[in-house]
Amino acid sequence: MATATYAGTAVPVDDEGFFTDPGRWTEPMAEQIAREQGIGELSDRHWTVIRFMRAQFAAKGTGPTVRVLGKTSGVSVKELYQLFPKGPAKTAARIAGIPKPRGCI
Amino acid sequence: MADTATIEKVSIIVSKGSLEGVYPALIMANGARAEGIEADLFFTFFGLDAITKKHWEHIKLATVGNPGLHLPTLLGGLPGVPDLVTHYMERKMDKLDIPPIPEFIEMIADTGAGIYACKASVDLFELDKDDLVDQVQGVITVGEFYERAAGSQIIYT
Repeated sequence: MATATYAGTAVPVDDEGFFTDPGRWTEPMAEQIAREQGIGELSDRHWTVIRFMRAQFAAKGTGPTVRVLGKTSGVSVKELYQLFPKGPAKTAARIAGIPKPRGCI
Repeated sequence: MADTATIEKVSIIVSKGSLEGVYPALIMANGARAEGIEADLFFTFFGLDAITKKHWEHIKLATVGNPGLHLPTLLGGLPGVPDLVTHYMERKMDKLDIPPIPEFIEMIADTGAGIYACKASVDLFELDKDDLVDQVQGVITVGEFYERAAGSQIIYT
């Protein structure tokens, strides 16, 4: 099992770098992961999405797709792609410390 | 993680106007954007129906000459059968959270993907820009399509 070190703590991640144990994630880790994903600074809007990702994962055991995010997070699809240009669901899941969502839509 | 090649851009050609002809292209375009891959959709020939105001809410499943449906062709040709089978399929897709075609195209446009119509087909069907849905960014020639597609993977559906 691979590990990554965020905010001075080693955490287990999968081959692609997604957390395998979301319980190990802490908020201070998010900024560093975001920078590695090419996002300079996390705005309140980024955090809205990140917290939504974690809440959905806690409730359903899987992260939401972009469509679900656009419909229920309060952030539109257009804005999601502005916040996370390299793929909102995928990038936000990585920053939020949850496994990669596997939906096709 | 092993170093593997990545796809940076896809250019997807949609040439068919049936439900099963249109959806795979939309799913691939949307899925590409979700992975951070650039995507263009180029609608040509009967594929134009999916971006024509008059038709995009009425895309039907092919119930004749479609062996995968496992429905005898004679039955598939009876009046009402295409509507019935299309509605059945739409209900199944709705349960899987697959959006109807108009909503899906709006969403794909919002992801930043390009949506283009083929000029030769627009001329052939005697359409103009106003007949096409607002998400269409342009009516382009095949040459312009290839220019836009430079460096991408071209997928024909």
